[in-house]
Amino acid sequence: MTLPLGQRAPLLSMNHIEKTFAGNVTALRDMSLNVNEGDFLSLLGPSGCGKSTALRLIAGLSHPTRGRIEWQGGKNKDDLGIVFQEPTLMPWATVAQNVWLPFRLRGTAFDAVKNDIDEILKLVGLESFHDAYPRELSGGMKMRVAIARAMVTKPRLILMDEPFAALDEITRFKLNNDLLALKDAIGCTVIFVTHSVFESVFLSDRIIVMAARPGRVIHEVEVDTPYPRSEAFRTSAEYSAHTRATSDALGEAIGEAA
Amino acid sequence: MSITEHAPIPPQTDTDVVDVEEAARARQDKINGIAKWTLPSLMMALTLLAWHLYVTLNNIPHYVLPGPLLVGQSIIEDWGLLWPAMQTTGRLTLLALLFAIIGGVALAVAFTQSKWAEMSFFPYAVILQVTPVVAIAPLLQIYVDSAFVAALLCAWIVAFFPILSNTTIGLKSADHNLQDLFTIYGASRWQRLRYLSAPSALPYFLAGLRIAGGLALIGAVVAEFVIGRAGTGLGLASTLLEASYRFNFGRLYAALILISLMGVMIFAATSLISHLLLRKWHESALKRDT
Repeated sequence: MTLPLGQRAPLLSMNHIEKTFAGNVTALRDMSLNVNEGDFLSLLGPSGCGKSTALRLIAGLSHPTRGRIEWQGGKNKDDLGIVFQEPTLMPWATVAQNVWLPFRLRGTAFDAVKNDIDEILKLVGLESFHDAYPRELSGGMKMRVAIARAMVTKPRLILMDEPFAALDEITRFKLNNDLLALKDAIGCTVIFVTHSVFESVFLSDRIIVMAARPGRVIHEVEVDTPYPRSEAFRTSAEYSAHTRATSDALGEAIGEAA
Repeated sequence: MSITEHAPIPPQTDTDVVDVEEAARARQDKINGIAKWTLPSLMMALTLLAWHLYVTLNNIPHYVLPGPLLVGQSIIEDWGLLWPAMQTTGRLTLLALLFAIIGGVALAVAFTQSKWAEMSFFPYAVILQVTPVVAIAPLLQIYVDSAFVAALLCAWIVAFFPILSNTTIGLKSADHNLQDLFTIYGASRWQRLRYLSAPSALPYFLAGLRIAGGLALIGAVVAEFVIGRAGTGLGLASTLLEASYRFNFGRLYAALILISLMGVMIFAATSLISHLLLRKWHESALKRDT
């Protein structure tokens, strides 16, 4: 059960982060952000606003030019799961072997975590595809495997970089619902990069709106509709109101950049 | 706006509905399956017949072009001589290929693990590759006592490069997001090599192996031509050369055919290995259904 906003324990904080790439391109300027345990936080903005850069910094895949990212209680490599825009599965390995990967890299044998793998595959609805190869799966199913892989170790934080951008709308809606259910089941925090207002409002309780050139945070929108959110939320007046507020903030972000 | 409900479509009862297109495709597949074997066999038979008729009708002397019957006879009568020669050439080729695999893969791994190693050694690997082996062979004959070892070195030099270059590219071709994923999970160098780079490199390595298999045989034949001349009596190519000096054209053709046969066998074997290793997951080995 996720605590209401304002009562959550801090997970990590980004303090005055700046990231400059070679050639003096400022990807992020003075980004400060506190992420709490249990947040579903979306980074929303136009291309070039540095949302993916921010995600890579949090993942530890690159390091800030200035500023610090501080994890509450220190960062452990088991704390993190990640889902990319592509499913990024190993084509030579079966579904179960792909999901085993985070455990395998810790040196855990397959049999020791067989139950965890079966359990998470059941949660993403792929229990009968245990021994299938990725090529046998549809785009949506591959993405489910990627999510299962990120969640199987029950990490504290899951980073998602526009994971559903390449999927069709029907599949995307279904995965949106399933993602919320999974987050609830695992009890993790999610940072979700997207450029879709509708997706961010449906999924998140916090939306960080970013602007481009240089990449920076310009607004935070809170979506206080409690979870679980059903399909009916998509057509509710509440949803429209949040969507409008977020759209306006994003409009401002785009306007400022232009 | 209103939504009308459509009457449900009654379930299909007729079980033997045949899709004309599918049936035609199945028939075509069957025909192709048979033609794949019968056509080349038929071509072979026709070629042999034409060869036989050409030689007998024109009274071509056997030292210009022996007929297929004479060649067949040579294979049978000279088998006691050809078989050991074939074994020598076979051993030469397979050993060269084996050492090419070991050397090529080891160096490729070294290249991908250390940029310095690649910068230092890659130019020399290229020099070794572009220098014609025929030009190196006589030198090897001087420096290496054993003719077999000298020939082995020649064949190895030729077979080594495709393995090295393909495996190096393969090891570097791992998906970038997967690389990032391994970084996030704190994978060690060894884990990265074992679980990510090596499987990514496998299709490239196998393509290199198919090329190297053929080249190892060519290298062995060239080496025997150059080194085996001094009466060391190496393998099939030496036999071929000797037969040409003696105007024994039946044996010459017999040796030639056996060399080709070995080439075909090596290609078939490497293709089979490649298919078995990749059939489950790699695009190159997958059948597409429309």
